[in-house]
Amino acid sequence: MALLEVKNLGIAFGGLKAVDNFNIAIEKGELYGLIGPNGAGKTTVFNLLTGVYQPDTGTMELDGTDLVGKAPADICRCGIARTFQNIRLFKKLSVRDNVKVALHNDVEYSLLASIFRLPSYFSREKAMNEKSREILEVFGLEKYENAYAANLPYGKQRELEIARALATEPKLLLLDEPAAGMNPNETAELMETIKLIRDKFDITILLIEHDMKLVAGICERLTVLNFGTELASGETSAVLNDPKVITAYLGE
Amino acid sequence: MKVDKKIIVRVLAIVLSYALITFLLRMGLLNRQYTALLIPIGVNIMLAVSLNLVTGFLGELSLGHAGFMSIGAYAGALFSLHVEMPALPSILLAMVIGGVTAAVFGFLIGVPVLRLRGDYLAIVTLAFGEIIKSVLNALSFTNGARGLSKIPLNANYEHYTIVFIAVVITVLVIANVVDSRHGRAVCSVRDNYIAAESVGIHVSRFKILAFVIGAFFAGVAGAIYAHNVGIIKPTTFDYNQSIEILVIVVLGGMGSIKGSIIAAIILTALPEVLRGADDMRMLLYSIALIAMILINQSGFKEKLLERFHSGKKQKAGE
Ligand SMILES: Nc1ncnc2c1ncn2[C@@H]1O[C@H](COP(=O)(O)OP(=O)(O)O)[C@@H](O)[C@H]1O
Ligand SMILES: [Mg+2]
Repeated sequence: MALLEVKNLGIAFGGLKAVDNFNIAIEKGELYGLIGPNGAGKTTVFNLLTGVYQPDTGTMELDGTDLVGKAPADICRCGIARTFQNIRLFKKLSVRDNVKVALHNDVEYSLLASIFRLPSYFSREKAMNEKSREILEVFGLEKYENAYAANLPYGKQRELEIARALATEPKLLLLDEPAAGMNPNETAELMETIKLIRDKFDITILLIEHDMKLVAGICERLTVLNFGTELASGETSAVLNDPKVITAYLGE
Repeated sequence: MKVDKKIIVRVLAIVLSYALITFLLRMGLLNRQYTALLIPIGVNIMLAVSLNLVTGFLGELSLGHAGFMSIGAYAGALFSLHVEMPALPSILLAMVIGGVTAAVFGFLIGVPVLRLRGDYLAIVTLAFGEIIKSVLNALSFTNGARGLSKIPLNANYEHYTIVFIAVVITVLVIANVVDSRHGRAVCSVRDNYIAAESVGIHVSRFKILAFVIGAFFAGVAGAIYAHNVGIIKPTTFDYNQSIEILVIVVLGGMGSIKGSIIAAIILTALPEVLRGADDMRMLLYSIALIAMILINQSGFKEKLLERFHSGKKQKAGE
């Protein structure tokens, strides 16, 4: 069975069907691309998968666990983590603390341990510091550890969001236009990092990208969304050569 | 090493300030007016630091802090008035009862209200403070508008050690909570609640946690207030009182515990220092508030800090 199984997913805002009859099955370990023009409904799919919106129709299962009706925090615990198209960092927290927030459920100690500074506070905080450092090192962010997240350069902020998502140890990582606003060099570098993350952390990745050339290099399979519905899906090369897809993009 | 240094600084600050207060009192260096300020300063530190947890760290504007203070004051005072006990255990129990009662109310109000966002929360907490005032006015066991009097003065300046310890506990507990996984979760809700949810933080749980801890210490502060003054009335804890606490927090800096403490000391002492100008107090408050906001917004403080730091570096490099 696929890691993520979504069937007939749909949601409407007012009269507008932002996503309609959306189906996707992602296998464990895959790097899957979700592409489509602006306003196609890609981010809305992420918001449905992570419980930010509740679907009007359809089913979503991760590893056999039903996701419909679950709160975002519980979906995270089920094993889905995400980044945001418009960066959402904890701006007034340090880079390290941004990651440590994501370790909240992984490295636990009680409120009493916090208040009375019991030994468990110190040992678990140390473990958290080490763990967050390991994750930051993947992105070369460790030298910014004590900086406020808001003060990071733009590209680094995007990477910190990925680092934070990874800290929750997800089975499935959702990346929403991770290269948005980056220059071509940074973008190429980021795509390599994404491939590396998939192998190093042994996870599955669903990647949204607006520019379809970007995903061609790293995604094994693609789904193309247009006006909330699926236009095409399958092997990357086949999808990119599909005349329907080409027209949709040229007509943009 | 870093942790050790922080602890040393804290211990030093606590010991030195206690020594200073003791010295001033024992040597008779404080006149009646200044002596009478000691406990109110402690009470205002507790109120400001606890409100800062809600407003500065959780990022929710609460205008009902005086409401929790009044609940603590009445609960503590009713206990002392009805249960005969030696002074020390009596005031300790009164503080705990005041704190717990306020915390219970904090929880009961927090659960439905913290689902609201921003402005709504401010309005509801404001209404809460006014409702508490009206209820205290109407109830017979709180003695209505006349309030409670002859409350034993178990927390006046003669008992400054107890109050000092209460202030220290308040500050340490809140500082420790803020600097922990729970506090980080609270701050993450403030900075971006959607992102917080996305990494598994149950947002409402941490809103309630911060709100209840804040209410608890406001309640303890209320109990101390009652046992310092000896008389409490519903009107003591009105909207203005909530605003005054908020002013201290804003002046000290949102999310700065140190700032809250310093601002509480200055703003409590100010009217006494400017004696005669007492009518001007609210005006001075307003001017100070506007000035601080302007300074905070203009980046003046950053520039000043930068200059300070670079100056230090240059000196070190000499
Ligand atoms: N919360 C919302 N309320 C109303 N309309 C929305 C909302 N979220 C998304 N939409 C609409 O749904 C459509 C798809 O948006 P989105 O998923 O952000 O597109 P994409 O990410 O593919 O660019 C757009 O027309 C957008 O305006
Ligand atoms: Mg989008």
